[in-house]
Amino acid sequence: MNTTILLFLLQDGITNGAVYALLGLALVLVFAVTRVILIPQGEFVTYGALSYAMLATGQVPGTVQLAVAMGIVAFGLDLFFARKALRARLVMRSAALNIVFPVALLVVTYKVAGPTTPMAVNIALALLIVAAIGLFLYRIAFQPIAHTSVLVLLIASVGCHLALQGLGLVFFGAEGLRGPALSNAALTVGPLRFTGQSLAVYGLTVAFIVGLWLFFGYTRMGKALRATAVNRLGARLVGIRTTLSGQIAFLLASVIGAISGILIVPITTLYYDTGFLIGLKGFIAAIIGGLVSYPLTAVAAILVGIVEAFSSFYASNFKEVIVFTLILPVLVLRSLAAPAVEEEKD
Amino acid sequence: MAQRLPLIIFALVMALIPLVPGIPPFWIVLLDNIGLAALVAMGLVLLTGVGGLTSFGQAAFCGFGAYTTAVLTTAYGVSPWVTLPASLLVSGIAAVLLGIVTVRLSGHYLPLGTIAWGIGLFYLFSKLEFLGRNDGISGIPPLSIGSFRMLSPDTIYYAIWIAVLLCALLTMNLLDSRTGRAIRALRRGHIAAEAFGVQTPRAKLLVFIYAAVLAGLSGWLYAHFQRAANPTPFGAQAGIEYLFIAVVGGAGYVWGAVLGAGIVVILKEVLQSYLPYIFGGQSQLETIVFGIMLVLLLQLAPSGVWPWLMSLLPFKPSRKTPNTSIKLEHPTRASGSSPVLLQIDKARKQFGGVTAVNDVSFDVNAREIVALIGPNGAGKSTTFNLITGVLTATSGKISVLGKEVENAPPQEVVKLGVSRTFQHVKLVPDMTVLENVAIGAHLRGSAGAVASMLRLDRAEEARLLAEAARQIARVGLSDQIDQLAGSLSLGQQRIVEIARALCVDPMLLLLDEPAAGLRHMEKQRLATLLRQLRDGGMSVLLVEHDMGFVMDLADRIVVLDFGTKIAEGTPAAIKRNPDVIKAYLGAAA
Amino acid sequence: MSALLSVADVHISYGKVEAVRGVSLEVGTNEIVTIIGANGAGKTTLLNAIMGVLPLKGRTSFAGTDMAPSDIEDRVAMGLSLVPEHRELFGTMNVEDNLELGAFRIAKAVAARSLERVYALFPRLKERRKQLAGTLSGGEQQMLAMGRALMGAPKLLMLDEPSLGLAPIIVADIFRTVGELRAAGVSVLLVEQNAQAALQIADRAYVMELGEFVLEGSARDIAANKRVAASYLGFQHEGESAV
Repeated sequence: MNTTILLFLLQDGITNGAVYALLGLALVLVFAVTRVILIPQGEFVTYGALSYAMLATGQVPGTVQLAVAMGIVAFGLDLFFARKALRARLVMRSAALNIVFPVALLVVTYKVAGPTTPMAVNIALALLIVAAIGLFLYRIAFQPIAHTSVLVLLIASVGCHLALQGLGLVFFGAEGLRGPALSNAALTVGPLRFTGQSLAVYGLTVAFIVGLWLFFGYTRMGKALRATAVNRLGARLVGIRTTLSGQIAFLLASVIGAISGILIVPITTLYYDTGFLIGLKGFIAAIIGGLVSYPLTAVAAILVGIVEAFSSFYASNFKEVIVFTLILPVLVLRSLAAPAVEEEKD
Repeated sequence: MAQRLPLIIFALVMALIPLVPGIPPFWIVLLDNIGLAALVAMGLVLLTGVGGLTSFGQAAFCGFGAYTTAVLTTAYGVSPWVTLPASLLVSGIAAVLLGIVTVRLSGHYLPLGTIAWGIGLFYLFSKLEFLGRNDGISGIPPLSIGSFRMLSPDTIYYAIWIAVLLCALLTMNLLDSRTGRAIRALRRGHIAAEAFGVQTPRAKLLVFIYAAVLAGLSGWLYAHFQRAANPTPFGAQAGIEYLFIAVVGGAGYVWGAVLGAGIVVILKEVLQSYLPYIFGGQSQLETIVFGIMLVLLLQLAPSGVWPWLMSLLPFKPSRKTPNTSIKLEHPTRASGSSPVLLQIDKARKQFGGVTAVNDVSFDVNAREIVALIGPNGAGKSTTFNLITGVLTATSGKISVLGKEVENAPPQEVVKLGVSRTFQHVKLVPDMTVLENVAIGAHLRGSAGAVASMLRLDRAEEARLLAEAARQIARVGLSDQIDQLAGSLSLGQQRIVEIARALCVDPMLLLLDEPAAGLRHMEKQRLATLLRQLRDGGMSVLLVEHDMGFVMDLADRIVVLDFGTKIAEGTPAAIKRNPDVIKAYLGAAA
Repeated sequence: MSALLSVADVHISYGKVEAVRGVSLEVGTNEIVTIIGANGAGKTTLLNAIMGVLPLKGRTSFAGTDMAPSDIEDRVAMGLSLVPEHRELFGTMNVEDNLELGAFRIAKAVAARSLERVYALFPRLKERRKQLAGTLSGGEQQMLAMGRALMGAPKLLMLDEPSLGLAPIIVADIFRTVGELRAAGVSVLLVEQNAQAALQIADRAYVMELGEFVLEGSARDIAANKRVAASYLGFQHEGESAV
C-alpha cells in the first residue's frame, strides 16, 4: 500500500470521524438525560448547514419561520399545561422564550440577510435558528411524553425526523447546496495538505469535547444534567426540573448538530436528506460508546470515520454495509461484558 | 365457538368486500397493502409487544422473502408456490443467524443492533449484482392456480387476506398456550420465567424466527403482488414504519397489528392524495404531516388504539373456567438417599470486594419449616438466589437430596423440586391470575410452539390449567382467578406467587417475605396453609421480617447478619440468644 | 398558628387498588412526627404522594399554601424535602457533588454555609467527600441522602425508613441526628418500621394499617398502647393479647 494514500485516507477518515464524534457526543447527551434516541439529529445538521449556505447567498431560510411557528405551538402548550395555575411570571417567561426570542430572530434575519452579510453573522444566525428549533422540538414533541417508554420516545423521534426532513425539502429544495469555507488557508506538512476547513473541524471538535468536559465537571447546571441522567427521581427531589434538563440537552444537541453541518457544508455538498445518514454514523459511534461514555464515543467516531474512508477506497460499493455491520461484534461484546440486568420496568 | 364469532364475521366481511359492485379498485389495492403490512406488524406484536424485543429490522426479512422468490422464479423459472417454502426458509435461516447474535443483546443494545443490521442489509440488497442492485428484479410471475393467474389486485387480495387471517389465528393460538405464556413472561425479565424452567434464550429466538417468517411471507406475497422487487421497501425507513404500525395499533395485540396497518396505510394514502389539492403541488408534504400526526397520536394514545377501542366495549369477553377434575400427573424425580432435603455447606458469594454470603451452612430436613431472618442486606435473598441457581456461589456446596447442585441454572434446579417466590413480586401484570399460575406448571407439560399453533395441545393444556386452578383454590384466590394479576393488591400478588410455586409440585418451597403486606387474618390463613403443606410432606424455607409470624410458624430459625450465620435454633432459643438480640431483635424491653 | 404541613382526607390509588384511604395528618413547626406500621401499610406511598411523586386525591397544604398545583420541584423550593426509601443518590458522582446538587435551588453563598453544617452533622461525609456515592456503605449512603436533603435548607424533612437494612449501631447514630434536627429548626416526618426507635425521638405518632390511620397521639401514649406494643414493638410483649 502506498503511504500517501494511506495518510490521505487516514486524514479523510479523521476529519469525517471528528464530525461523527460531535454528533455522537450529542446523541449520548440527549439519550442519557431524556432517554430519547435522537434520530432528528441529522436534521439539525442539514438545517444548520443549509441555513448557513442560504444565508451566505443572501436568502432568508425557511427554518427561521419554522422556529417562529414552533415557538407559538410551544407557548400554547405551556399555557395549556399550566391552565390550572396560571401565574403572570410563568406566562411572561414562556412568552419571552417561545415568542419574543424566535420573532426577534426572524426580524433580525430579515433585516441583516443579504449577499454582503459577514460570515460570522450568518453562522450566528444559523446556530440560533437551529438552537431555537431544537429547544422547541423538545417542548412540543417530547416533554408531554417524557414519562413513557424508550420505545414510544423512539417512535416519536422517528416522527420528528420524518416531519423535519420533509420540511427540509420545502425549505431548501431538492438541489444540494454548498457553503463558503470558513477559511481558505492551507497548511502543507510533508505529503499532507491540511485545509483551513479541516483544521477548523479538528479544532472545534476538540474545543467542544473540552467545553463539554468543563461544563459537566465544573458547573452546577452541567452537574445537574449529569444527575438527571444518573437518577431522574433523585434529581427531581433536589429540585432539578427534568424538563429544564431535557431542554438544555436538546439545545446543546441542536447547536452541536448545526455546527457540524456548518463545518462540513463547505467540504461536501449537502442535500435536505443527507443529515440522516451522517447522523446515523454518529449514532453508531454513540452505540459503540454504549450511549454513556463520551471519550469512548469520540474514539469510536474516529474509528468509524477511518473505516468508512478505507472501505470507500477499497470496496466503495459496500462502504455502508461494512460501516453498519461493524457494530454487531461490538454490541455482542458489550452485552457479554455487561450481562443482562433485570429490567423491572418496560 | 362464541370466541371465534368475531373472527368469522371479520373473515366474511373481508371476503365480500371485493364482490361489492362498484367498489373502486383502488380500495382493493389499499386493502392489499394493509394486509401485507399487517403480516409484518403481527410478527412485531409477538416480538416487541409481547416478548419485549424491539426490532427495527423486520423490513429486511421481507426483503429476504421477496428476493428469494424473485431470484428463483426469474433466474431459475421455479414455480411461485414452490418458492413459498424457500422464501420462508431463507427468512427463517437469516433470523436464526441474526437472532443468535441479536437476542443476546441486552437493554437498549438490542433495538440499536437491529437498526444497524437493518441498514446494513438494505445496502447489501442494493449493491449485490445478482439481486439487480438498486434497480432490483422485475418480471416476477404472478401467483396462479391452474390457469387462473392472480394478476389483478382483487385476485391476489384473497391470497393476502387468507394469509393474514390464518396467521392471526395461529398467533393467537400460540399466545394462548404453554409456549405462549413463556413468551409473554419474557417482557417482565427472565428471572421469574427461568425459575419455572423456561429456557428464555430459546423462547426469544423462537419469537424472533416467528416474526421473521411472517415478514418473509409478507415479502413473498409482495413480490408476486408487485411482480418486482427493489431495495427501497426493505430499508430502514420501512422497518421503522412497521414498528410504528405495531405501536399505533397497540403493541401487545394481534388485532392491533391489523388495525395499526389500516390506520397507517390509509393515513399515508389520504395524505398523499389530498394534501397536494389543499396546499398545491408541494412534494413531501405528506411526510411532514405524517410525521406530525405520528407524534400527536403517541401523545394521545401512548399504548395504542386497539386497547383503547377494547376499553370502550360495553361487555368483556368471558373466559372458560378450567375443569379442575382433570388430573395432572406428578412429575417423576430421582429420589435421593439423604434424609436432608437441602444442605448448604459453607456457601460463599462475593460481589467484587463485598462478601454478601460468608461461608453459611445450614440444612433443611424433610417436613420442616425453616425461617431465615436478619436485617436487610444480611444476605438472605442472595442465599435464595444461590440455592435456586440465579447466582453461582463463589465457593461452598449446595446439595438437594444429597446430590450436589453444581452451577446448575435455575431451569435445572426447579426440576429437582425446588420452587420459589420473589421478594419483589415478579408476575406478568397483564396476564390473568390463572395464566400466571400456569407458568408454574411449565415443566409439567411438553407441547411446543407448532403444536400450540395447530391446537394439538388442548388435552395437555386442560390438564395444566386444571392444576393451576386447583393451586389457586388451595391458596384461597379462586374468586380472583380471571383478574389480571396487576390489578390485585401486593399482598394478594404474593399469594399468587405461592400458587405459582406450588404448581411445580415442589418438595421444597422457598418463600421470600410471603407475609409482607398481608392483613392479620390473611397471615393466619397463610400460616395454616404452610403448616398443611408441611404436614403433607413439603418443606418450606422462608425469609420474613414479621417476627410474630416467624416465631409462631417456624420449626427452626437461621439468623444471618452481614452475610454470616450468627445463630441457629428453635424459635424459643433464638429469642433468648444474646447475639441475635444485639444484631437484629434489639436489646430493649 | 396553622400547621407547617397539613394533609386532609387523602386517597391514593395504584390503578384500581386504593393504597391509602382517607388519611389526615399534620406536622407543626419544630416537631418530629412519625408514622409507624407494617410493610405494605401505605406509609411510603403517602410520603411519596405528599412530595408529589405520586398523584393523590385530597387537600394538602404546606406553610399555608395549597400544594395541589405544585410539582415536586416547586415543593422542594417551598422547603419540603424527601429522603426516599431507596435514597436515590447520584451513584456515579462523588459525595461533594451530590451535596452541592442538594443545594440546586439556593444561592451559592448560602450553599457553602449549608455544606459546612452538613459536614459538621456528618463528619464521615467530609472524610469521603471525593468518593463516589455508589461506593459508600449503606450507613454512609443514608447519611449522604439526609445530608443532600438538608443542603436545600428545608423546613420539613420527610424520611422514609432511614434505618432500613442498616446495622443497629448506625441506626442509633442516624436517629440521634434526626433528634438534633429539631434544635436546628427543621421539622421531621419520619416513616419507620423500627417503631421502637422512632417513638423514642418523636413528639407525635400515627399508626398506619392497610392504608388507614388506626391510632394517633403523642409518641409516649402510642408507645404505651398495648395493641401497638403487641403488633409493632416486637415479640417481647407477646404475652399480651394481639388484638
